Amino acid sequence: MLKPVCAPKPQAGIPIGKAAYPNPFASGLEYAAPARGTWNIVHTGMLIPEAHEIFVCAASCLRGVVLTAAEMNALDRFSTVEIRENNLLDGDLEDLLIEGVTDILQRLPQKPPVVLIYTSCVHHFAGCDLEMMYRVLKQRFPDIDFADCYMNPIMRKSGLTPDQLMRSRLYLPLRPRPVDPDSVAILGNDLPTRPDSDLMELLEKNGKKVHEITGCKTYEEYQRMAESASYITYYPAAAAGGELLSQRLGGKHLYVPFSFAYEEIEESFRTLAEFLGVPAPDFAGKRESCDAALRETAALLADTPIAIDYTFCPRPLGLARLLLDAGMQVRRVYLDGISGEEESDFRYLQRAYPDLELLPTVHPAMRFCAAKEPTNYLAIGQKAAYFTNTNHFVNVVEGGGMLGYEAVTQTLAWIREAFRQEQDMRNLIQLKGMGCGCCV
Amino acid sequence: MRLLRMKQTSRIISTYSADTFGVCSALFELGGMTVMHDASGCNSTYTTHDEPRWYDMDSMVYISGLSEMEAVLGDDEKLIGDIIAAARELHPRFIAVAGTPIPTMTGFDFAAVAEVIQRRTGIPAFGFPTTGMNTYVTGVSMALDALARRIPAEGLSKPPCPSVNILGLTPLDFSVNGSDASIARFLENAGFQVLSRWAMGSSLEEMTQAGAAHVNLVVSTAGLAAAKTLKARFGTPYVVGVPMGTAFAGLLADALHTAASTGEDQIPHSCLPGGDTVILGEGVYGCSLASALEAETGIPVRVICTTEWEASLLRQKDLHLNWETELEEALKTAKTVIADPLFRPICPKEARWIDLPTEAFSGRIYRSRIPDLTANFEAFKKEVM
Repeated sequence: MLKPVCAPKPQAGIPIGKAAYPNPFASGLEYAAPARGTWNIVHTGMLIPEAHEIFVCAASCLRGVVLTAAEMNALDRFSTVEIRENNLLDGDLEDLLIEGVTDILQRLPQKPPVVLIYTSCVHHFAGCDLEMMYRVLKQRFPDIDFADCYMNPIMRKSGLTPDQLMRSRLYLPLRPRPVDPDSVAILGNDLPTRPDSDLMELLEKNGKKVHEITGCKTYEEYQRMAESASYITYYPAAAAGGELLSQRLGGKHLYVPFSFAYEEIEESFRTLAEFLGVPAPDFAGKRESCDAALRETAALLADTPIAIDYTFCPRPLGLARLLLDAGMQVRRVYLDGISGEEESDFRYLQRAYPDLELLPTVHPAMRFCAAKEPTNYLAIGQKAAYFTNTNHFVNVVEGGGMLGYEAVTQTLAWIREAFRQEQDMRNLIQLKGMGCGCCV
Repeated sequence: MRLLRMKQTSRIISTYSADTFGVCSALFELGGMTVMHDASGCNSTYTTHDEPRWYDMDSMVYISGLSEMEAVLGDDEKLIGDIIAAARELHPRFIAVAGTPIPTMTGFDFAAVAEVIQRRTGIPAFGFPTTGMNTYVTGVSMALDALARRIPAEGLSKPPCPSVNILGLTPLDFSVNGSDASIARFLENAGFQVLSRWAMGSSLEEMTQAGAAHVNLVVSTAGLAAAKTLKARFGTPYVVGVPMGTAFAGLLADALHTAASTGEDQIPHSCLPGGDTVILGEGVYGCSLASALEAETGIPVRVICTTEWEASLLRQKDLHLNWETELEEALKTAKTVIADPLFRPICPKEARWIDLPTEAFSGRIYRSRIPDLTANFEAFKKEVM
């Protein structure tokens, strides 16, 4: 039987009233909680139909990605070129990539239409000539589209984050084609936009043809995304990719921020309507529906303590504000930093609810801060569920494909469901890439 | 363009757990703080795929969160300061810093940093120059060997009855399916007192008594370096093998008694000539299983060792191969293959396949199917026959 080896009782949380913006917690060593539902670059790359991924890294870096693919039952779309110490000493990293990728492609039973090659921190530090490598590969395999992708987390504080970079590389293989003015591409989401979201409602009502990578079944279908005249992103890490695609293919791009605030939702959708050249949506009754859902949820939960974490959606503080203003008992928000989009919610919560506790997820002390015994918390997000040790939790990541007022009503519906229904938290949160069909 | 010696590719098979994670696994239960000097990703990889104890056991394993600027500017002080801050809050028994590819490239001095940390905190510290480019065997080996070098030589008294340490025991090779307890039970039934298990199921205090043992049992290649160090420091002989099956386990028990009484090391693996039944995997485990099967079925079995290896442990007919294309070629003549399921795509379709999953290769995917062959060899033998 496994037993804890030591149990210090450190304090990692801080009342929001005393928290600093945008970094409430000192950076330092980092801990990894066993909540795995968010997607990684393997999951995201696999969204391109028929794509083959090749990672060129050291074993320690390959280990996580190869087993991600294995757990997706997707090893037939995944290969590796393993960097060893001799490659650093011999300075043959470029040769290794070119010959390694060539060897793999020659040994595949069928040539894929597109190959995503992931280089690593090592290539960056060695100053490898990526352009030359891709040029040679393109000469050798003219029928294959290559996309340069990156697993270089050491660059996460310099320029685009790995998450932003991956979401932007997803659309690199798109080739220009005649544009359909009524086609719209929703970009950068791991999870499909919900059909009943305000966004889909608006697009469908105005006869727009919607492309989204999550729905593409073939590489040709994926390529048809390039006919879109307009690109929409609403996940923060996707916005940079929307801009890059706009610069490359010429479509116009709009970032519609995910929000739980009524005014911001309506303002965003008015801007969106203008961007698309369609009438502004009719919001009649939507606020009332949300308010009614808030009242119903608050009455159901009564004094139940609530914890929220940042993996649930891009606006954990916005959600805390919505629920607290409706009388619900949000006690904790788990996050490691506060995004610029949340500054106003942060300031508001500081003033209105100064005792709301902010807790980090990666601080070393968090290793010992998960509740040992089950609690009566209702958690929104997997990390909150883990730390509060509750089976009553909303098991959704990355916003779940919601947008608009529907994000409010859907979140509240999930909260009510979580209150009524227990789930197997321990096993569910450890599955990687929620929605990817993990075989574990 | 230069000619590469090897393409170093895997079209479809997995990658073994890396040396960095081997360090973490070996030290996991001992109350220390292990820090992987890495940008991001190593911690999640290790705790998701290579550490089945993560959810239930509060061990301090972290990453440093190395950034580009810290690496370029050689800002080791950031790492040292972060470790000291965490140590002051969490009070680890010891501190270990393990390397990954970028510190390898920048020539990070692990020994020097460990010394600085030890001086400033008063907490014993270790630096492990793992590169992230070897398998877990190298990392486990480094960590256990470092402990073997540090345990005290004073205050030891040999127990009156024969006593033994088990070396090289981690979930990467033995999972958490009770194999560790089964091996200990085998030793007790063979008349030995188990002083310590390196490093599952023993405290640091128990491990510090290891020098008093009459003999050491090396159950994986990763335990060999520690065994040699313990021999050099305490004169303790070692025996290599994993107890499986009545016949081979009997040989192993005899070898342990012989070693304890003569001081001579023993490797009792047997070897029938030839064989088109092939085991892929870690060397000691593979050779022990092959010996057990040969002894009880008469079927000759070859081992293809796919992790780091020491030549003295290989039987004459066994191979040591790294890369997918080499393995694919070597398996072409195999009639029966015993291996982790993630090797299956490169095995001949006509060959008979027998699952032998291991955490070190397929992580948690087949955990529920990893057998405890010390306790349940008979069922496995029937499957092979």
